[in-house]
Amino acid sequence: MSRKENAVSVQCYHCGEDCSDKSIHAHEKEFCCEGCKMVYEILNQNGLCDYYSISKNPGINQRIKIRENKFSFLDDENIQQSLIVFKDDNQTHISFYLPQMHCSSCLWLLENLHQLNENVISCKVNFTRKEADIIFNHRSVSMRQIAEMLTAIGYEPYISLSDAKKAKPKLNRSKIYKLGIAGFCFANIMLLSFPEYLGIDAKEQNLIDVFRYLSLILSLPVFFYSSSEFYISAWKSLKHGFLNIDAPIVLAVMVTFGRSVYQVLTATGSGYFDSMSGIVFFMLIGRVLQDKTYEQLSFERDYTSYFPIAVTRVKDEKEETAALPDIKLNDTLLIHNQELIPADGILTRGKAVIDYSFVTGESLPVEKEMGEIVYAGGKQIGSNIEILVVKEVAQSYLTKLWNREEIKQNIKDEERSFVHLLAKYFTWIVLFLSITSATYWYFHDIHKMWGAATAVLIVACPCALLLSNTFTNGNILRILGRKHLYLRNAQTIEDIANINYIVFDKTGTLTTGRYNEINYDGMPLNKDLKRKIAALTSQSTHPMSKAIAAWTNESSRIKVVAFEEFAGKGIEGIVDGELITLGSKSYVTGGHAERDVESSVYISVEGTVLGKFSFRNQYRAHIPALIKTLQKNYQLAVLSGDNAGEKDFLQELLGFDAHILFHQKPEDKLDAIKTLQQKGKKVMMIGDGLNDAGALKQADVGIAVTENSNNFTPASDAILEAKELPQLFKFIQLCKDNKKVVMSAFIVSIVYNIIGNYYAVQGMLSPMHAAILMPCSTISILLITFGFSNLSAWRMKLK
Amino acid sequence: MSVIVLLLIASIIVASLFLAAFIWSVKNGQFDDEASAPLRMLFDDKPLNKEEK
Repeated sequence: MSRKENAVSVQCYHCGEDCSDKSIHAHEKEFCCEGCKMVYEILNQNGLCDYYSISKNPGINQRIKIRENKFSFLDDENIQQSLIVFKDDNQTHISFYLPQMHCSSCLWLLENLHQLNENVISCKVNFTRKEADIIFNHRSVSMRQIAEMLTAIGYEPYISLSDAKKAKPKLNRSKIYKLGIAGFCFANIMLLSFPEYLGIDAKEQNLIDVFRYLSLILSLPVFFYSSSEFYISAWKSLKHGFLNIDAPIVLAVMVTFGRSVYQVLTATGSGYFDSMSGIVFFMLIGRVLQDKTYEQLSFERDYTSYFPIAVTRVKDEKEETAALPDIKLNDTLLIHNQELIPADGILTRGKAVIDYSFVTGESLPVEKEMGEIVYAGGKQIGSNIEILVVKEVAQSYLTKLWNREEIKQNIKDEERSFVHLLAKYFTWIVLFLSITSATYWYFHDIHKMWGAATAVLIVACPCALLLSNTFTNGNILRILGRKHLYLRNAQTIEDIANINYIVFDKTGTLTTGRYNEINYDGMPLNKDLKRKIAALTSQSTHPMSKAIAAWTNESSRIKVVAFEEFAGKGIEGIVDGELITLGSKSYVTGGHAERDVESSVYISVEGTVLGKFSFRNQYRAHIPALIKTLQKNYQLAVLSGDNAGEKDFLQELLGFDAHILFHQKPEDKLDAIKTLQQKGKKVMMIGDGLNDAGALKQADVGIAVTENSNNFTPASDAILEAKELPQLFKFIQLCKDNKKVVMSAFIVSIVYNIIGNYYAVQGMLSPMHAAILMPCSTISILLITFGFSNLSAWRMKLK
Repeated sequence: MSVIVLLLIASIIVASLFLAAFIWSVKNGQFDDEASAPLRMLFDDKPLNKEEK
């Protein structure tokens, strides 16, 4: 211990990891491992050491070695075909997803890939999506070599089954075009309107006509192209018998345009072209801001992006690569360390220690013996194993879950926002006003009738409501995004504000999913005995043994004789003449096996039971504090796929009325959420694994928690980085404030509306009044929405 | 007066050029990745060029 404290902390030159205890000294620099050193050497040889001067310690830790022929599947013609974007005689274009990319050095190095290998023609990085578009000469370098080169410098491409599907969705840029054109027309029409507002000599009637007709021409693209955004959405909702906010806006735009065209053609006025194009322009800005979601994150992932694209198949004693969809019944698959089991099968060779934590929520790896069934989705830890496929990939337990009806359907009504409801009332009031004023003028001064009626529609369009809504949503999305809570769309903000029940998953969400805390109950162990335990446990590769070995904090070279390991039971061996047994309760004490209530290992020496080690999950930091705050406002529950070892602790944490259920299968979780919803609860589900996928989708709001937002996450409404989980309560509060901000901006806009209507009903609304009112109300709305939403974020210290 | 009409035409043509430039840049994908462009411009040219100097 003291040695560590005294040592000056040494950082790895490559990855920046602390390596004070054992560093490798080479090239006058310190490295934490051979891997990092090797990357440095590669870069050094190729004169790419600028890599280290752009950002400090930019590298990726290389401690975990990647299997040598991991990318051998890229030699397969079919798999190559499914990945290639474009290919001609000399060049191949390919796009790799490189999740390790994180800084400007990464960008620089990857774009200089051609210096590492002259056959790379170019490499262009898309930093937001963490993708590299690589063009290479396939005559002299293979795709596999490219992937291996990337891996060698620390950027291992992540290739999953979902990459094999062709045709990536094309980016929709139409909104940007519409915005650009609306802006162009708006500014020019504005310019052309000034002379008339400021007073132009009546003698120059010709000039007035030129200005008016030019405005008319310039407003055509706005009316026919830019506004189509609103026409489409309004038409869609009308078809469903629903009046959304776009409907009254479309009405206002059409009335304004019609009246303006009439005025210009009959030479009775200059029309409201500037106000119309201006409002369309601002509304489009709002839409673009609000819809700018996180395209680098995928909220729609299914199992295909979790599964590998290819696996190793053993056929006639030879290993070959097979694309995953080609796996048939009775194939034998070779699964390497840390690889995923892609299909349900029977273990035929080797010892399986399978980590199902992501799939089922069980926090401990499961040991399987030959002849036992292993389910798809688990990760093998340890040596290689072989399995005989008994169910095809599409039929396996895990993929079946995805094919359930509840998960498949994705009809989340986007139009349940309160804004649409408000717009509906608003529309009726406006129509009523318009008709009233028309009737009034019909009896008093029939010439003013049409003018007054249309003016009311023009002034009172609920564009202010749309503006305040879109701008506030956009701003809140950005504030949350900066805090690493990424929402799928703006509707999610409102959904989060409305929840009243929060369901947590345990493994991986509340806990880190690792066993870090070990408690020992029983007779005290002296140092000598601890050393013996360490000697015994270090013989075994089982994760629990490893954890106990680490817990003893001893290293010993005592010889262990007659060591034996009984899978699923325990280990024993004679250490220094004493028979020590470690294992499950039934194995060590001979008592009958209870259903696993907790994860524990019993110890006995020479037949006397000394005590037990109980394993506790490590809870994420500040979880108890978060629960305490949430408890006051929400009902809480925990649905865990794990054993009930933590029940008492959780019950105490969440309070005695909280539902805490263990041994929950993915379907159970989904059904539990459904039952809650049937009772009228608005449920937020927070989970991380594939076993939560159904529940996440079923819940009113599903938040996927992840250590790194670029990792695989099940389909959800939002992705939250685990370290920000303690802030959850503040996030919910901010979403609630969203509505208040929208409402206050809307009330202000109503004041403008009343002023405008005052003129409108009297038939006195001149284009100039409209031209003053429109920017005034727009600017004050923008100030209110940005100001208030930032203020409330700042108050909650989320800024 | 005809001067004003001439100026009008000129100004709208200039504005249209900018609009065209904007549309071209969107089409070209310049707004797809906002993170890497500002970083990319800070990088020096290839080290090889330095040696030549």
